[in-house]
Amino acid sequence: MKFFHLIWCNLKRKKLRTSLTLLSIVVAFVLFGFLAAIQQALVGGVELAGADRLIVRQKVSIINLLPISYEARMDRIPGVDFATHQTWFGGIYQDPKNFFMQNPVEPEKFLKMHPEIVLPPEQEKAWLATWTGAIVGRRTANRFHWKIGDKVPIQSTIWTRPDGSRTWEFDIVGIYDGKDKGTDTTPLFFRYDYFDEARLYGKGQVGWYTIRIKDPSQAAEVAKRVDEEFENSPAETKTEPEGAFIQGWAKAIGNIVFIVAAILSAVFFTILLVTGNTMAQAVRERTGELGVLKAIGFTNAQIVSFVLAESCLLTVLGGALGLGLAWMMISRGDPTGGLLPMFFFPKRDLLIGLGLSVALGFVTGIFPALQAMRLRVADALRRM
Amino acid sequence: MNAQGNSTLVNVDGVEKVFHRGSEDIHVLADLHLQASVGEFLALMGPSGSGKTTLLNLIGGLDRPTKGAVTVAGERLDQLSDRRLAAWRARHVGFVFQLYNLMPVLTAERNVELPLLLTHLSKADRQKHVETALAVVGLSHRAKHYPRTLSGGEQQRVGIARGIVTDPTLLLCDEPTGDLDRKAGNEILDLLQALNREHGKTIIMVTHDPHASARASRTVYQDKGQLSNEPVK
Repeated sequence: MKFFHLIWCNLKRKKLRTSLTLLSIVVAFVLFGFLAAIQQALVGGVELAGADRLIVRQKVSIINLLPISYEARMDRIPGVDFATHQTWFGGIYQDPKNFFMQNPVEPEKFLKMHPEIVLPPEQEKAWLATWTGAIVGRRTANRFHWKIGDKVPIQSTIWTRPDGSRTWEFDIVGIYDGKDKGTDTTPLFFRYDYFDEARLYGKGQVGWYTIRIKDPSQAAEVAKRVDEEFENSPAETKTEPEGAFIQGWAKAIGNIVFIVAAILSAVFFTILLVTGNTMAQAVRERTGELGVLKAIGFTNAQIVSFVLAESCLLTVLGGALGLGLAWMMISRGDPTGGLLPMFFFPKRDLLIGLGLSVALGFVTGIFPALQAMRLRVADALRRM
Repeated sequence: MNAQGNSTLVNVDGVEKVFHRGSEDIHVLADLHLQASVGEFLALMGPSGSGKTTLLNLIGGLDRPTKGAVTVAGERLDQLSDRRLAAWRARHVGFVFQLYNLMPVLTAERNVELPLLLTHLSKADRQKHVETALAVVGLSHRAKHYPRTLSGGEQQRVGIARGIVTDPTLLLCDEPTGDLDRKAGNEILDLLQALNREHGKTIIMVTHDPHASARASRTVYQDKGQLSNEPVK
């Protein structure tokens, strides 16, 4: 710590240059934060997917429906604990920009299938007792200031009622939370029996099934058995683990991980050059002073440590500021108004960011540090 | 060359120093012998390029001889590793440079404190030592000032305070008045003389100024890599 003052003073020596370098590091880490949050929003669900859950969809496309009769047949397949279904409702609330997911489900089985959804028992009871009841996630409830007892009209883009209207009215009977931060608390779920009775067409058909299997290590075998069960039927199935299913959705947008990695690599390579140049210049300008330090007894190891500490201080400061700023901005929520429901800055990525800032400091500082170490004292003093 | 018969502090024995510039070998020092005693104020005089600073660097452990032995305070400097040599310098030598060589980003007191950062002294003890050193050079009132706000003479005083703050065995001064006007130069020489006489500090000073060398207790003359007791004609 007694050397900190010296390191800090050296960093402040060229205030404009240090500030500009710091600013570029801050911007890079803000970008890092945002890309991490976007990646989390698009593919984060893969990590949170239940290892014991399979998704069964129509083999041709997910937009093709499956018969409700499949549920009982799936329950009988060896290795299957139970199955339940969901259907894409595709509704909007008041304005097309107010997009969020709404699906009809079987309440009891749905909640049993998804223990990550935390709903108070009395609200669950109310849901089972209310024909038009719906439960909504905390984020959406907060977003639209909904509370229990509210009647909310949702305009479906797909499903028509017998009277030709596409407006469906639901009673909010419960507001659920997520078991952890990664749980998406934007969807609204309502009763399938109400939906099936009130829709004009598609009765007795569902969007996809979720299966709970008894032994996660048998996932591949069970998936194969499910698909074999419905082979050569009018609605053949494609069964895959929930993680792969979510990944498939994300891949439809593009290889997110690759795009994010490519952008970040370009940004950090540029920052590497900017910071490296700053440190190289800083050391070059200080050749004489480094000679003085060596003359009064500072060892080569100490000189290397000084230069490395200086570059690390610069990048860690910039990194911390950038990550902090990103954290604050991301905490304000999904900037797309509903397209990225799980938009948050994962702690893991925050730690990776901090580690990256230290690594950046080390890489940018090591060559100037070695250059400083190799200086011969007598030569350095002549350049004062 | 030990004229005073006191215990020897510095012993330069048969030293040769060759610099390589491209394919050319430049012989700066050749079979050079020098002794300096404890408490001596020795002036090294000679024209530019005579190797005075090179000799001072060898005595201060800043450079190594091509051949021969340099023994200071009982330690063979030419045989020490870089790490041990650095530790030896921190313990035994204070340097005063012609251009002061202060850190522009540090105040006078923080500049003086630099060598103490290599000791195990507490912050409070370091501060005490700094105050004492600045008092010795008469600059207590300028402790919080940055070098750019000090005159050349004051900066050199800070340089001297930095050189003596650890109470080193030996003070090596390379043209300490070379960048100062006569008045400021005299004040610095007065200070060095006082350090030698009143505090018993052993000083070796490189200069080409006869006025400065006159303040030393002994002067040796260097030319073409050799030493003599008589001025070079």
